[in-house]
Amino acid sequence: MKHIPIVALIILLGTLGVHTGLTSIGLLPVQASLQAVEVDRLLNVHLWLISFLFSLIVGILLYSLVVFRRRKGETGDGAHIEGNNTLEVFWTMIPLFAVIFLAYIGAASLGETRRIDPTALQVRVIAGQWYWRYQYPEYGISTSDLVLPIGRQVDLQMTSNDVIHSFWVPEFRLKQDLVPGQTTELRITPSLIGEYKVRCAELCGTSHAYMEGLVSVVSQEDFDAWVQTQQQSGEIDPVLRGQQLVAQFGCGACHSIDGTEKTGPTWQGLFGSQVPLTDGSTILADREYLVSSIVNPNLHIVDGYSPNVMPSFAEILDQTEVESIAAYIETLK
Amino acid sequence: MKKFLSLGLVRGLFWQMLGTAVGIGFVTGVRWLMKLEAWKAEPAVVFGALIGALFFLYGVGAVDGWLKWAAGEETPEHVDESGLGWRRYFGTSLDHKVIGIQYLVFSLILMSVGGSFALIFRTELAETQMQFLSLNRYNTFMSLHGIVMIVSILLGIAAFMNYLVPLMIGANDMAFPRLNAFSFWIAVPAGIILLSSLFLGGFDTGWTGYPPLSARAPLGMQMFFLGVSLAGFSSIFGGLNVIATVIRMRATGMAAFRMPIFVWAALATSLISLTATQLIGLSFQMVMLQRLFGLGFFDPSKGGNPVLFQHLFWFYSHPAVYVFVLPGLGLISELLPVFARKPLFGYRWVAMSSLAIALVGFLVWAHHMFTSGMAEYLRVPFMYSTLLVAVPTGVKFFSWVATVWRGKISFETPMLFVLAGVIVFLLGGLSGPPNATVSTDLHLHDTYYIVGHFHDTMYGGYIFPFFAAIYYWFPKMTGRRADEKLGKLSFWLIAPSFTVMSLLMMRIGLLGMRRRIADYDPALGFQPFHLMMTVCAFLTAIGVLVSFINFIYSIKKGKSATGNLWNSRSPEWQVPSPMPAHNYDRPFEVVGEPYDYGLPGSRYVKFAGDKE
Repeated sequence: MKHIPIVALIILLGTLGVHTGLTSIGLLPVQASLQAVEVDRLLNVHLWLISFLFSLIVGILLYSLVVFRRRKGETGDGAHIEGNNTLEVFWTMIPLFAVIFLAYIGAASLGETRRIDPTALQVRVIAGQWYWRYQYPEYGISTSDLVLPIGRQVDLQMTSNDVIHSFWVPEFRLKQDLVPGQTTELRITPSLIGEYKVRCAELCGTSHAYMEGLVSVVSQEDFDAWVQTQQQSGEIDPVLRGQQLVAQFGCGACHSIDGTEKTGPTWQGLFGSQVPLTDGSTILADREYLVSSIVNPNLHIVDGYSPNVMPSFAEILDQTEVESIAAYIETLK
Repeated sequence: MKKFLSLGLVRGLFWQMLGTAVGIGFVTGVRWLMKLEAWKAEPAVVFGALIGALFFLYGVGAVDGWLKWAAGEETPEHVDESGLGWRRYFGTSLDHKVIGIQYLVFSLILMSVGGSFALIFRTELAETQMQFLSLNRYNTFMSLHGIVMIVSILLGIAAFMNYLVPLMIGANDMAFPRLNAFSFWIAVPAGIILLSSLFLGGFDTGWTGYPPLSARAPLGMQMFFLGVSLAGFSSIFGGLNVIATVIRMRATGMAAFRMPIFVWAALATSLISLTATQLIGLSFQMVMLQRLFGLGFFDPSKGGNPVLFQHLFWFYSHPAVYVFVLPGLGLISELLPVFARKPLFGYRWVAMSSLAIALVGFLVWAHHMFTSGMAEYLRVPFMYSTLLVAVPTGVKFFSWVATVWRGKISFETPMLFVLAGVIVFLLGGLSGPPNATVSTDLHLHDTYYIVGHFHDTMYGGYIFPFFAAIYYWFPKMTGRRADEKLGKLSFWLIAPSFTVMSLLMMRIGLLGMRRRIADYDPALGFQPFHLMMTVCAFLTAIGVLVSFINFIYSIKKGKSATGNLWNSRSPEWQVPSPMPAHNYDRPFEVVGEPYDYGLPGSRYVKFAGDKE
């Protein structure tokens, strides 16, 4: 049985070679969160198992293909070996133990990545086709870029405005879907100052590829300064604020401001006009009408348009923001 | 011309067009009578497509036998089709070998179509920015690539189950020949309806069709749902037929543990397709109803839940991947002993591992949903059950390497494809556990890592064994051998380039490349990798093309091979090729183990009247 030691050596060298090869080429993006450390640690265990099992199977297979190949002119059959139950039990039990081990450390790793810090920074995330939007209830600000202080856990409470999206910053490793009608949670502790991108990971329609947004991890001082500027910009002219919000939420996909026919009614000349409704009546487009159309779009359906197309923004925008958008629409003569 | 018009397929297509027009007219007429706006595309086209499919089945003759029975007429037990020649492949035949080849050819056609879709969007990906496709076109091609390949795979495994199972167990046909023909022919209008989505606005959801996105997609979405629902019947009835045939029609002496190993795999796979396929049909039909009648199953504003769809969908669609790979793994186990000239190591363990994979496969579906927002505690039990699949899969790998150990291995084309199957499936298998443990999956989910992982499992578990099987049984089907030189050329084009492509997919996935995106951020630096993958994809496609040319060439011009070309012990090789019309003129009896290569004087089957 001179074959066994040679194969054992091939497997050993193969395992070391494959693992060194895999880890030396830079498999992952930089680690920018504490959770990423846990994920990468578990992945490294997987890499060892992969290197070993790959070398084991491919080592024996290639060795057999070379050494036990049929030589020229050779006839006849191979050795008549039907099987070996001891071996079968052995190679059923060993993977079973490996699986139990992986199950144990897998659950432990999940527990670590889900560890809750009660002092976490609360951020509400709202996604839609195709934008990301964040609200910081502690500071009363809402933005379209995510800015996070380093070293403090952030508790992202997330929901979607239309279809399913998925929040993924590769440098943070973790991923969580945003589902319309429910709130999902993701907790991340940023650990490296830098600029990253959140990339929507769940197919959400044609422009899915471009649903990316800026995520900055900054020092605590920079974060405080950023919060202050954001709070001040909240006090700017409501019409300007409304225009920003309209751009952020992509309202223009359905509503034109120049009279062009789109999925929804145009905003040009809307304010102060008499709007015909599907039930045959008309309604005056005053501030009250504009606000109710944003927070409760199915209340009055304009003649020629369908209900249930526009989502409600009651949960997404606060009162001032809705008023700002209405103020902006009022300027579109 | 008259001969052409009398072909079942031509009549079927004519009736399908007629039926579609009738269906569209009916809905429009009813709406007009109800004083609604007469023309509404979605209900009219969906109903038209459904009626068109039913008319096709009538036109092609797939329900003739049953209609005759209903009218009290007798039908003959065996229909003599020998006078029809090649034309019997274009109409309803009840011969399992003809149906098997019909499945095979249709599967190869759909594989070419689905593969071409991949080449189109793969070319688009070679550069950042959009080059020649619109975003919606990209998504439609990407989505159709997925589902067309899946249907092609289902037809491909049906091809070999139909062709081989009766031959291997010594039956003269399947248990229900008419149901068998019906199962094949319903896949044809289903395929047409599926592809028609390309011309009806396409759809941008991927083959998973998750609502709410699929509830808002263009009309093509409904054709996708309807096509898959109809193709599902093919799987369900096909599975039923295989199970009944294997249980009831085995030759004398063929105890369960003396069946060829492929028959075990066919049984395991059929158990899944018989019992799980309904769930994908159900989930798709629920979205269809949501779109047509406003039923709010998955609409949160009406109290529905989008995550429910994912549970129903994956309850089939995870076991489905075992439907795709179990027959292929069975083929690997079937062919390795022939080319290693050794018994299959641990036959019973290999047979039981197929059933174990099928069983555990039912309990792992939610591992596709670790990030979905389902109840959080559910992630842990599904991680455990998913990891458990590694155990029976491991048994197969260990048995395969133990089978080639100390063999006398030769490297004809089928063996090359089998060996590539083993190694590529190993890559697919080993890249699996990082997706099973939840925390690592939270990084990997919905990235190109997953794309690489499952393309490895599909190529290793289906494509390579499938090509091995075509090359191996080609002489049995045609009486001629497929050209070895072209076969090897095809292999060396496909295997290395595909493997490189799948490894590159995993690499960029780990680095942050998302799935199903039409364009990617140039800042990530993936462009050279994408270019390499596109080149690899084209090399793979050329390799497949070489095989196709080989098959077409060898049907007429290949070397005659009527005997036991591979020196196999299996019963179908003990009679001359091509197979006689009603299989075995003399019944056989099983007198030994199927894979006793290397045991002098032993044999597997003894035909009635043979000398001892």
